[in-house]
Amino acid sequence: MGQPFMLTHVWIVPGLMVVSFLLILFFGKRFSERVTSGIGIFFIGLCFVLSCTAAVNWIQRINHPVPNLSAAQSLVTQPDGRPAPIAGQSDADAVIGAYRGPAEASADNAVKTGETPTTEAGTTETTPTEVGTTESTTTEHEAKASPIVSRWTWFQWGDVTFEFGFIADGLSVLVLFTVTAISLLVHIYSKEYLHDDVRFTHYYAFLSLFSAAMLFYVTSSNTIQMLTGWELVGVCSFVLIGHWWEDQNNADAALKAFLTNRVGDVGLIIGVVITFFAAGATSFNVLHINQYALSPAANQTLLLVGALCLFGGVTSKSGQFPLHTWLPDAMAGPTPVSALIHAATMVVAGVYLIARLYSVFYEGLNIGDNWVNYVAVIGGITIVGGALLAFVQTDIKKVLAYSTISQLGYMVMALGVGAWTGAIFHLFTHAFFKACLFLGAGSMSHAAHHTFDMRKMGGLRKYMPSTFWTFILGTIALMGIFPLAGFWSKDEVLAGSLSGQGHAYTFMLVLGLVGAVMTCLYMSRVIYLTFFGEYRGHGIPHESSKVMTIPLWVLGGGAVFLGLVNLPNAWKLGNVDYTTRFEHFVEPTFAFPAINHAEFNIWLALGTTALAAIAIFLAYQYLWKAKSVFLGLKDRVGALAWGYQVLENKYYLDHLYTDIIVGGVKGPLARGSNWFNNQVIDRVVNTAAAASVATGRVVYTQVDQKVVDGIVLSTGAGAEESGEALRHIQTGRVQQYAALLFAGLLVLTAILVFFV
Amino acid sequence: MKSFLDSWGLTLATFLPVVGVAIMLVIPKAEEQLHKVVALVTSLAVGVMGVLLFTNFAYTASPRYPQGSGDFQFVIDKAWITFINSHYHLALDGISLPLLALTMLVVPLCIIYSWNHFPEPHNPKAFLILVLILETGMIGTFLAEDLILFFVFFELVLFPMYFLIGIWGGEQRQYASIKFFLYTLFGSALMIVSFLALYFLAPVSIDGQVVHTFDMQLLSVGARTLSTTAGILIFGGMFMGFGIKVPIFPFHTWLPDAHTQAPTVGSVILAAVLLKLGTYGFVRIAVPILPVAARTWAPYIGALAVIGIIYGALCCLAQTDMKRLIAFSSVAHMGYVMLGIASLTTFGINAAVFGMVAHGLITGMLFFLAGSVKERYHTLEIKRLGGMLTSMPHLGWILGITTMASLGLPGLAGFWGEFPAILSAWQANVANVGLFRGYMVVAAIGTVLAAGYLLWLYQRAAFGTPPEEFANDSHLHDVTVLEWVAWLPMLVGIVVLGFFPNLIFKVTDPAVITHVISHVVPVGD
Repeated sequence: MGQPFMLTHVWIVPGLMVVSFLLILFFGKRFSERVTSGIGIFFIGLCFVLSCTAAVNWIQRINHPVPNLSAAQSLVTQPDGRPAPIAGQSDADAVIGAYRGPAEASADNAVKTGETPTTEAGTTETTPTEVGTTESTTTEHEAKASPIVSRWTWFQWGDVTFEFGFIADGLSVLVLFTVTAISLLVHIYSKEYLHDDVRFTHYYAFLSLFSAAMLFYVTSSNTIQMLTGWELVGVCSFVLIGHWWEDQNNADAALKAFLTNRVGDVGLIIGVVITFFAAGATSFNVLHINQYALSPAANQTLLLVGALCLFGGVTSKSGQFPLHTWLPDAMAGPTPVSALIHAATMVVAGVYLIARLYSVFYEGLNIGDNWVNYVAVIGGITIVGGALLAFVQTDIKKVLAYSTISQLGYMVMALGVGAWTGAIFHLFTHAFFKACLFLGAGSMSHAAHHTFDMRKMGGLRKYMPSTFWTFILGTIALMGIFPLAGFWSKDEVLAGSLSGQGHAYTFMLVLGLVGAVMTCLYMSRVIYLTFFGEYRGHGIPHESSKVMTIPLWVLGGGAVFLGLVNLPNAWKLGNVDYTTRFEHFVEPTFAFPAINHAEFNIWLALGTTALAAIAIFLAYQYLWKAKSVFLGLKDRVGALAWGYQVLENKYYLDHLYTDIIVGGVKGPLARGSNWFNNQVIDRVVNTAAAASVATGRVVYTQVDQKVVDGIVLSTGAGAEESGEALRHIQTGRVQQYAALLFAGLLVLTAILVFFV
Repeated sequence: MKSFLDSWGLTLATFLPVVGVAIMLVIPKAEEQLHKVVALVTSLAVGVMGVLLFTNFAYTASPRYPQGSGDFQFVIDKAWITFINSHYHLALDGISLPLLALTMLVVPLCIIYSWNHFPEPHNPKAFLILVLILETGMIGTFLAEDLILFFVFFELVLFPMYFLIGIWGGEQRQYASIKFFLYTLFGSALMIVSFLALYFLAPVSIDGQVVHTFDMQLLSVGARTLSTTAGILIFGGMFMGFGIKVPIFPFHTWLPDAHTQAPTVGSVILAAVLLKLGTYGFVRIAVPILPVAARTWAPYIGALAVIGIIYGALCCLAQTDMKRLIAFSSVAHMGYVMLGIASLTTFGINAAVFGMVAHGLITGMLFFLAGSVKERYHTLEIKRLGGMLTSMPHLGWILGITTMASLGLPGLAGFWGEFPAILSAWQANVANVGLFRGYMVVAAIGTVLAAGYLLWLYQRAAFGTPPEEFANDSHLHDVTVLEWVAWLPMLVGIVVLGFFPNLIFKVTDPAVITHVISHVVPVGD
C-alpha cells in the first residue's frame, strides 16, 4: 500500500509488551533476577527502537506527502454516516489506510443525530467562519499527510459495526517515543533499585503490563479503547502503588488512587457516551468525533457538556484540582514507578485525552473566542495550588509529586488557552526532566538509608556527584531557566496565554508566572536541604552504581537538549527548517481546529528569566545565607501562620474526602441502608408472613373447622398434597410461610394501585 | 446430523440430565464415586450436545435462516396439552444461545468443584440428582417458546434449589430456603395469572380462525389488540414474577439470605443462572409481547434498577460477611441489566444479555471463591481474613482478577454489561428521555461505589499480613487441581469476552433486533 510498516502496524508496540508481561508472569519465578529484568528490558528496548522507526516514518510522511489514496485504500466514512463496511474480513486481517472523511459526511451525520434541529440557534455567530477556515486548512493538511488508522471489527450493536483500531499520527508517535524512552530507562534503573526485592518478578511483570496499557492507550483510535487503556493503566498503578502491600499505608494509598480515579471516570464514561451520541451514534472513532465537532451542524451545548464530563476524567487522572489528592499518596510505590507512572506517563493520559479530542474541547468551550474557560482556570489553579503545597513537604518525593501536579496544571492550562503545541511540548520535556528528578530522588534514598525525608539528608553533593549534577540539570529545566528544555516549553505555554486566540488569557498568564516563581523557590529549597549543609542521616551515603546513574545522565541530557527540538520561529537562522517542529510534525493534520500559534515574545522570555533569577536569589539569601526579611515571617504575621496550617493540612481536602465523604458513605449511609434493608423491607416481608399465618389460623379454627369443612376438603386436596411433600423436610413450617402468598398479593395490589 | 439436531437436538439437550437422574436413582446410595462419575458424564454429555447445537447453529444469514441468529432454529413444535392449546415448543435463537451456553458450562464445573467436598450432610447421590434436575429446568426455561411450558420449567427450578439450600445449607437454612421458595412462588402465581390473561384476552387468528394460544411468537402479534389498561396490568403480573427472580429492589430480600445459606454450588448456580431466568423473562416474554405496556412501565423499572444499583452497593459496604457482600453486589449488578432492558433500545438489550452472561461468570466465580475461602478459614467474616496474597498467592490473585472484573474494568467481561447499559440510557426509547439521562448519571456513579466495596473487600482479604490465628493453619493451602479445573474455564471466559465482546454481541444483536426491538415502536410513532 505504500504506507510505512510501523505506522500501519503500530499495534505491534503494545503487543510486544503484552508478550513481555505474559512471559514474566508465567515464567518469571523460575528465572533469576537477571533474566527477568532482561526480558523486560529487551522488550521495552525493542519497543523503543520500533517507536523511533515510527517517528522517522512519520517525519518522512510529512516531508514527502503521499498523493491521494484510492478510495479502496482509504477508510471512508460514507455519506450516510455509517462507517464503511470493513472489507477484507475474509482475506486480510485489517484494512489500513488514511482516515479521510469527506467534509460533508460529518454534516450529514449531524443532521441525523436528532439533537441538531436546535443547533443553529445554539451555535455562536462566529462558528460558520471558523469552520470555514478549518475546513480549508484541513484540506490543505490532508494533501500533506493524514493519520493512519488500522482497524478491525470489534463488536456490533443494532446492525452497526464498531471498530477496534490503532491510530498513527504525529501525536501518538510522539507519545510512543516518550513512553518507551522513559520506560526503558526505568526498566534499567529498577534492576538495581529493586534488587533483592520480595516481589521482583511481580514488579517487572506489572511494569511491562503498564507499558503495554499505556502504549495501547495512546495508539487507540476510538474512545472505548481509550477508556480501556485508561482503566488498565489505572489498575497497574493500583498494583504498583501497593507493591509492598503488607504495609497498611501502601494498601490505603493504592485504594485511594484507584477510587479517586474512579470518581473522575464517572465523568469520563458519561463524556464518552455524550460525544458518541452527539456525533451520530455510529462510531466511537476519535477522528469521527473531532470531525463532527468542527462541522457547522455541531451542537455546541452537547459539545460543552461532553467536554466538561470528559474533563472530569482528566481532573482525576492528571491530578487537577480538586481531585489531585491521590497523587502525593501514590508516592508510596517504588520510586521508579513514581517516575514512570506518576510523573512521566500515566498522569499525562488526561492531557493526552484533551489533545486527542481537541476539537471537542475547542468548540465546546469556545476556546478560540474567549478569554477564560473552565479548563484553563482549573489548570491555572492547579499550577499555583500544587506549587504552594510543595513548600511544606519534608518528603522529597512529595515535593516532586506536588511539582508534577503543578506542571500538569501548565499542560492543562495550555490546552485551555489554545496553546496545543505548547501543552504537548511541555508534556514531552516534562517527562524527561521530572523522571530525572524522581530517579535522582530514588538514588539519594538508595544512598541515604532508604529515607525520603529531606531532614535526614543534606550534604549529599559531596557523596554522590552524578546524582547531584543530574538532579541540578533536572531542577534547572523544571525552573524553566534558559536554555534548558523546560524554558522553551514553559515559555511557549506562557506565550500562548499571552497572545491567546481571539483574546489574551491574561489571568492564566499571571497564574503561570506566579507558578514559575514558586517553582524556583521550592526547588531551591529541595536542593538546599538535600545536597548542601551537613549530612543528617544514618550511615555514610554512597553514589549509586552505574545501572542507576547512566539512566540519570541520559535523562539529564534530555533535560538540557530536548528543548531544542521545538525552537520558536524567532530563533531561526538561515534557511534550515529546525524551528516549530511540533507545529509541523506533531500537530494533527485532520479534523483539528485552526489555532493561532503564539510567537516568541522576547519581553516575556526576559521577564520570566528575570523573575526566576530574583526568586533564586531570594531563596539563596533565605536558605544558604539565612539572612532575609522573610525569615520567621510566619511567626510574625498571624495570617501567614494560618495559611501555613491550611497548607500543612493540604487545604483540608483529604479530611473532606476521607473523613466526611468516604466516611459518611461507608458509615452512616451504608449502615443506614443495611438497617433499612433488614428492619424495614425485610420486616415487611416477615410481618406479612406472620400476619398471614395468624389470619390463616383464625380462618382455619373459626371458619374452616366450624363452617365450611366439607367444601374446603375437596378443593384443598391438591394443595395439601404438595404441602405434604414439603412437610417432610420442614416439619410444619410450610404452612406458616405459605401465608406469604397471601401477603404478597396485598403488596402487589398496593403497587398496582400506586403505579397504574 | 443437521436433520437429527433439527428434530431431537433441543429435546435431548433439555432432558439428558433427567436420563442421568434415572440412572442414578437405581444406583445404590453407597456407590458415591459412581454417582459422581454418572453425574459428571451426564452434564458433559449435555455440554457435548450444546457444542453440536452451537456448531450447527446458523449465526449469519443463510437461505434457510435469512436473519441468521435472529431466527429461531432447531424448532420443535408439537401439540402438548391440546385442551388448552399448549404446545411442546422449543427453539433456539441468539438471545437464548449465550445463556444456554452459560448453563451448560456452569453445571459441569459445579460438579467438578464439589467432587471431594460435599457439604454436610454429604449424600452425593441426592445432591447431584438435584443439580441435574436443576439443569433440565434451566435449559428448558431458556428454550421454551410456549408460556405454559416456560412456566413448568421455571417452576421446576424451584424444587431442587429449595432442597439444596434447605438440606445442605448453613445454620439458617430452613428460614432461607422457605423464604426463597415462597417468595418466588408468590411471584410465579401472579405471573401465571398474567399468562392466563393473555390466553383469554389476546386471541390470535390463524388462517381466518380465531384461537387462544400460549405461543409466545403468536402472542407477540395477538397481544396488540389488548386494551392499554389490560396490557399494563398483565405486564404488572409478569413484572412481579420475573422481577422477584432477578431480583429487583425492593423484592430482593430473599436473595442475601438464600445466597448466604446456600452451599457453594447452590450459590454459584443461583447467581450464575437462576437470576437470569427473571431478566430472560423480560427480554423473551414481557417486552416483546407487551411492548406498549413495557414503555409505560419502563420509567418505574428504570428507577428501581438505579435505586438497586446504589442501594445494593451501599448495603455491600455495610456487610461484614464476604458471601453476603457478594450477594448484595448481585442486586447492584442486576440493576445494570434491568436498566438496559428498561431503555428498550438495541444497545440496552444487547447489553442486558451480555450483562447476564458476564454476571453469571463473574459472580459465579466470586461465589466459588467464597466457598473456597470458607473451606480454608472456616469463616467468611471479612475482618478475620487478610494477607491472602501472602498465604495463598494464587487464590489471592484470582480473587483480584475477579473483583476487577466485577467492578466493570474494561478489558474484562463485566465492562460490556455495564457500559452499554449506561450508554443506552442516554437515548432510551421512552417518552421521557431526560429521566433516563438522570438514571444514566446515577448508574455511572454506581461504578464508583462498586469499586469501593469490592476493593475494600479485596484490601481487607488479600493485602496486609495473615492474621495470627491462621498463621500456621495447615488448611490454608493454595488453589487445588480440582479448583483450577473448575475455575479456569470461567476465568478464561471473563478475559476472552472482555477483549472479544463480539463473541456474544454478534450472536445476540440480530435476535435482539428481530425478536425484541422490532416489536417496540420508536417513541413518537
